[in-house]
Amino acid sequence: MQTKRVTFGGYGVPALLVAPQLAVTLVFFIWPASQALYQSVLQQDPFGLKTEFVGLANFRRVLADPAYLDSFAITAVFSLVVAAIALGVALLLAAMADWVIRGATAYTTLLIWPYAVAPAIAGVLWWFLFHPTIGIFAYVLSRFGIAWNHLLDARQAFLLIVIAAAWKQVSYNFVFFLAGLQSIPRSLIEAAAIDGAGPVRRFRTIILPLIGPTTFFLLVVNIVYAFFDTFGIVHATTGGGPGTATTILVYKVFRDGFEALDLGGSAVQSVVLMAVVVALTLVQFRFIERRVHY
Amino acid sequence: MVENRPILTVTAHATLILGAALMAAPVWLAFVASTYPGADFVAGRLPLWPGSQFFANYSAVLSEGLSNAGAPPIAGMLINSAIVATLIAVGKIAVSLLSAFAIVYFRFPFRAAAFWIIFLTLMLPVEVRILPTFEVVSQLGLLNTYAGLSIPLIASATATFLFRQFFMTIPDELTEAARIDGSTPLRFLRDILIPLSRTNIAALFVILFIYGWNQYLWPLLVTNDQSYYTIVMGIQRMARAADATPLWHLVMATTMLALLPPVIVVLAMQRLFVKGLVETEK
Repeated sequence: MQTKRVTFGGYGVPALLVAPQLAVTLVFFIWPASQALYQSVLQQDPFGLKTEFVGLANFRRVLADPAYLDSFAITAVFSLVVAAIALGVALLLAAMADWVIRGATAYTTLLIWPYAVAPAIAGVLWWFLFHPTIGIFAYVLSRFGIAWNHLLDARQAFLLIVIAAAWKQVSYNFVFFLAGLQSIPRSLIEAAAIDGAGPVRRFRTIILPLIGPTTFFLLVVNIVYAFFDTFGIVHATTGGGPGTATTILVYKVFRDGFEALDLGGSAVQSVVLMAVVVALTLVQFRFIERRVHY
Repeated sequence: MVENRPILTVTAHATLILGAALMAAPVWLAFVASTYPGADFVAGRLPLWPGSQFFANYSAVLSEGLSNAGAPPIAGMLINSAIVATLIAVGKIAVSLLSAFAIVYFRFPFRAAAFWIIFLTLMLPVEVRILPTFEVVSQLGLLNTYAGLSIPLIASATATFLFRQFFMTIPDELTEAARIDGSTPLRFLRDILIPLSRTNIAALFVILFIYGWNQYLWPLLVTNDQSYYTIVMGIQRMARAADATPLWHLVMATTMLALLPPVIVVLAMQRLFVKGLVETEK
């Protein structure tokens, strides 16, 4: 790890300087995470009187539980769909904003603010608009003969949280795509234009490959977002239902831990989620290293 | 634009306008809903233009909340959110600045270990360690306190990395000059590094303020005393209550108040926001 060529001497000062961050990290990150690891191999009786070491039994129980596997599948589909929609829409808008000369800044202003809306609030907004009895979108859909009721229909509830999650994420992706597009040297595009490539062809053969790294980076970020940051959307709206149609993993950890009080099971789920974050972080770091050498 | 293609330009403008309209639609409709008396849109047809109850509805939620549905006045929640978001943003910047300074400008034992411990926090979002973190906070007696709402969230690897990255670009000559002039490390930090980092700090503040304001799960866990509710988590209690009784106009007024402060921050500081967003993710 790099340091400066010129540094200051002494041990006491730097120790004091890192102390606050290390203290917070150890107390609120490392210790709870190790507790989760520890509890994942313990079994507690319902009254909390007796705890015994059960090895990997909790893991076996959770990983064989159809409800858990179901939730895993829901989360995987959810995050892929959210990422695909949020990336697709953002790329389209960014490509258009990159094309127009006049008003690009104004469009950016109009498109980036949803980033600041909390996921829970985005959820409540869309919940209200699609509300079966008072929502305007549900009303419009009913005029087209579509009966919308996300309180009863599992697919529609799922679609609702996808829309809310993607709506909020488009602005984030837009900022990165636009920055990526604007960093492509104009001379490359001009050369292609002189060679007779039209806008669509230039986009496909020059622009798309050049923003590949940005796209990959955003894909990872979007999956992380859909996995972890969407808790608020689910909790504030569907509550995981109807049935378990929208029970994503982070919501399940919360409910099993705080409502079902299944400490061992919740800890196992935490450990699995940690493994997911570690894997995604490593993927991202590998990629960033590549981008630096690029 | 490389060449003049009027049709494509028109299409581009049309797409962007449509996109912007789709982005704004939910918030506009929520705003409209918040300006009508509650009984007006029970039938299912929400008007598209604001009504007459703007002042009545907003003053009702600010001063009374949904008292008959068990939700406290919104004014207090807004103040709590502002306090917590500011504490998180300032706290994160302060601890990250100090630790990045130590890691870049000193050689001390266990420096690499400290760096890796900080790095690990990247991999442990609060959502994956909810229960044990909650236990720690409750054992420390921090439930229903501003400290409990903010301190567990102020350790952040991204802010530390950002400052580390930035410090690495500062020329060594500045440090040498400062040392020759007899500056202590802390004086160097205060008089040279912090002034040079001003834009970075501002950009980071914008991002972190929004992050803090939008916290949901954590406040939900560590508060059960209404006087410590933050607005984003408070919404959920109201939305649940509103499903039973027609209070949607008040819920939407609350929603508008909850999303307005961070949105204003983004719009007012667009350049800093974009800079902060792009840099914290590098």
